[in-house]
Amino acid sequence: MKKKILIVDDEPNIVMSLEYAFKKKDFEVFIARDGTEALEIAEKQFPDVVLLDIMMPQMDGYATLQKIKENKDMQDTKVVFLSAKNKPADVQKGLDLGADMYMTKPFSIKKIVTEISNLM
Amino acid sequence: MSNYLLILIIVGYLGFLFLIAFFAEKNGKSKWVNNPYVYVLSLAVYCTAWTYYGSVGIASQSGISFLGIYLGPVIALPLWIILMRKIIRISKQQKISSIADFISLRYGNSRFLGALVTFTCLLAIIPYISLQLKAVSETFEIITEDQGYASSSILSDTTFYIAILIAVFVAFFGTLSTDASLRKKGIIATVSIESILKLFFFLIVGIYVTFYLFDGTEDLYIKASSASNFKTLSSFGGIENGFNWLFTICLSFFAIFLLPRQFHVAVVENEEEGHLKKAVWLFPLYLLLFNLLVIFIAWAGNISLPSSVNHDYYTLLLPLQEGNIFLATLVFIGGFSAVISMIVVSTLALSTMVSNNIIIPYGFLKKMIQGNPEENSKNIKNIRRLAIFTLTIVAYFFYIIFSAQLSLYSIGLIAFVIIAQLAPSFFFGLFWRRGTAQASILGIVVGLVVVCYTLILPIVVNTVDADSTIMTSGLFDKDWLRPSQLFGVDYLTPENNAFLWSLSLNTLCFVGFSVSHKGNYRERNYAEMFVNYENYENLQEGAFVWKGEAYVADIKRLLYRFLGKQKTDRALKIFNRKHNIAETEEKADSRLINFSEKLLTGSIGSASAKILLSSVSKEKPISLVEVLNILEETKKTKANNKLLIEKSEELSTMAEQLKNVNVELREQDKQKDEFLDTVAHELKTPITSIKAASEVLVDEDMPQELRRQFLENINRDTDRLAALIHNILDLEKLSSDRAELNMKSQKINKTIEKAINGISQIAARKGVEVSFSQQKNIKGVYDEDRILQVLTNLLSNALKFTKEDKGKIDIKTAEDNGFVSISVEDNGRGIPKEEHSYIFEKFYQSKNQNIKKPQGSGFGLAICKRIVESHNGKIWVDTSYDNGARLIFTIPKSE
Repeated sequence: MKKKILIVDDEPNIVMSLEYAFKKKDFEVFIARDGTEALEIAEKQFPDVVLLDIMMPQMDGYATLQKIKENKDMQDTKVVFLSAKNKPADVQKGLDLGADMYMTKPFSIKKIVTEISNLM
Repeated sequence: MSNYLLILIIVGYLGFLFLIAFFAEKNGKSKWVNNPYVYVLSLAVYCTAWTYYGSVGIASQSGISFLGIYLGPVIALPLWIILMRKIIRISKQQKISSIADFISLRYGNSRFLGALVTFTCLLAIIPYISLQLKAVSETFEIITEDQGYASSSILSDTTFYIAILIAVFVAFFGTLSTDASLRKKGIIATVSIESILKLFFFLIVGIYVTFYLFDGTEDLYIKASSASNFKTLSSFGGIENGFNWLFTICLSFFAIFLLPRQFHVAVVENEEEGHLKKAVWLFPLYLLLFNLLVIFIAWAGNISLPSSVNHDYYTLLLPLQEGNIFLATLVFIGGFSAVISMIVVSTLALSTMVSNNIIIPYGFLKKMIQGNPEENSKNIKNIRRLAIFTLTIVAYFFYIIFSAQLSLYSIGLIAFVIIAQLAPSFFFGLFWRRGTAQASILGIVVGLVVVCYTLILPIVVNTVDADSTIMTSGLFDKDWLRPSQLFGVDYLTPENNAFLWSLSLNTLCFVGFSVSHKGNYRERNYAEMFVNYENYENLQEGAFVWKGEAYVADIKRLLYRFLGKQKTDRALKIFNRKHNIAETEEKADSRLINFSEKLLTGSIGSASAKILLSSVSKEKPISLVEVLNILEETKKTKANNKLLIEKSEELSTMAEQLKNVNVELREQDKQKDEFLDTVAHELKTPITSIKAASEVLVDEDMPQELRRQFLENINRDTDRLAALIHNILDLEKLSSDRAELNMKSQKINKTIEKAINGISQIAARKGVEVSFSQQKNIKGVYDEDRILQVLTNLLSNALKFTKEDKGKIDIKTAEDNGFVSISVEDNGRGIPKEEHSYIFEKFYQSKNQNIKKPQGSGFGLAICKRIVESHNGKIWVDTSYDNGARLIFTIPKSE
């Protein structure tokens, strides 16, 4: 069965590249533009991994992560932050909230794909 | 008018005054009772029956010389700002309750001097009071046309009962508290009312006489000038008369300070120093009004009334001659008011002096030391009440025996001359450290002897033995010893003659003795405290020098007897806290001695207070040099302390300032960090996008169509990056004022149209309607490219937030105080109220950390703000507009 990945970011150009790279690696890719939309999709699809931006309109990445973690059916879902916020405090906060990985923008697509494949 | 009706009116009027006093005492804090006008009106107690009736009498016989008595105060009043302020401050500091206290305390708290001053005041004021009674009696007689009235026995004499009623009034409202230095608001309120009434009624009768009975001042002048003695009545007289004027002015100058009733209303009853400022011009105005019509009434009386009538009472006789009994009664009430206010304040002040400076220190102290507080308080009050009644009755008898042949004016002047004997001690004492108690006593005694010889002796001689030759040929038949022409000076009036010689000898003795005999340390101590009161003002008890041994417990016991336990304990607690003294301290120091003296002074006078305290302490005499050294030291310590406090205050303000600067710097630092964060974040987004796209483009299997799209993305992100960098640099340039503006006077309408053209395509695509309500052609001074940038930015924002196909944007212009204001409003979703204050900050986005705004760099409005401000304009959100957003900015109008 194909692994499911949910990419959450409000920058369509970034999303497009990620989508292409993960499809190439045989992931089933879902896309959301903000936290609210991400939760809607996640509750239906139960993705294996969520790639989550932090600064988004409506609901931010931290809140979205908490909602995902609250859901019993998504206990095994891996969450990876993908953010331009690169201060140690931001990274720590993300990991403390229960993220499995924190990657900073700008990132290398190749590296992301490798790291996430390793997480699986 | 019948006797009984007039008595009824008098009793009614007194009842009214009781009510006023009662109201004032009950509402002691009310504005009606405590204001500068009440203070000024209470000063008008200066105008007695002498002014009310006597001035007219003098004016009718000797012309305008009556004015001298009012010129003195008018000259003195501007000096009050300095002089009276000093007197008031010293008095409040020392809890002084009378002129006797003031003078005796200045000269080392001398008991004898206090008594002597009191005696001098009694000598002057009792005849003066009796004259007031005479005025009441005579005017009563005129109104009731009861000729046999004066000769009837005491018990059927209305004046006697009036005097008693006044005494009851003073005894009641004057002794509510044992502390005589406290204010007596009830009495002062009635005095103020009386001052209004007497002036008002006097003006009424003046106007009635001048303009109703005669045809105004000119008519009176023409008619009066036909009289044979008119010339003397309307001129100042020659050089000799000039001296008379001068001395009369001097006399009244002293009187306004020294008369016990004036000292009482001006100093003891003063509530705020600030009231002096009103008094300085209002009181002279009052005096002026009072004297305005005097001369015309006098002329009118001379013309219409037979010369056999008493000229003093023209104001009553003129209306009566016309049958106007109502007006005559009003005049009577006015005069009666003048009388009561004078008697009330005088007996009040005198009774305090008699009890605190004579009776208690010379007789009652021993008894009081054994008494309990209630008894003592009762005794003190009773002594004062007794003094009030005795004074009134003595004045009454003086009137019955002596005053029949004296005019109001002459007795008034005699009182002034006697009171003037206090002037050297009083005025020198304020400014000259050398004066001593003995010198003061000597001066006053010599002065009084001269007054007795030159002024009082002639009266007594005239009354008792009219054949005596002393008046015409002098004592021991020496010509230069003639009482009224002493030392051969024969051109002065008797009063001025007496004034000249008594005051000269008085001053000579005072100054001479002070220079040749040094005072003791206590006198010198008080001299310092009075003369340089400013230096010791904040020292308070610290300015009192005292060495010796005393125990707090003894002093406490003493205070209990007079103030009661509760009041004493409270006062001492405050005292200890103020001076940082431990409650357990057993030995008393100079400060406690002085503080206790002051506590007692109000109730029993300063002399008694001193005697009592020395009875419970063992004082060691100190040398004069030591006193001065100690004073200098306390002053220095105090000054050093003050300096230290000032320095530490300075330091703490500096620390505060530093802290503020620090906070500001840190805030700026933080803002800079946040700004950089935002910049970094904004830059990272397109870079991430470009990097990611170029990474996936490496894949050679990518379909052509997708590849083209990725390349396009890269292209757009690069543009975005370039625009962003441009904006950031622009903003920084504007912030650091490096931007050069190409300012020109141009039509704002044109610029707006250009801006609309720039966005019209996008607007048309979104279906948003852009309208511009054109005003007349306003010209502004601005850099067009920059303002275009602002307009474009505001319009793009409006476009961004309005709905497709329903959006409306409207631009309006207006002129406003040298500026053109341009507003851009839309019907979009508006800007949340809480964000209004910071949407123009360049860090706007970062404030709301993780929530992103829809599109845009977040720099647009910040740039707009910089641009507008660099044009000296303003930009803001119109908070009153809630149909969307309305942003307004202003730029300078072209002249």
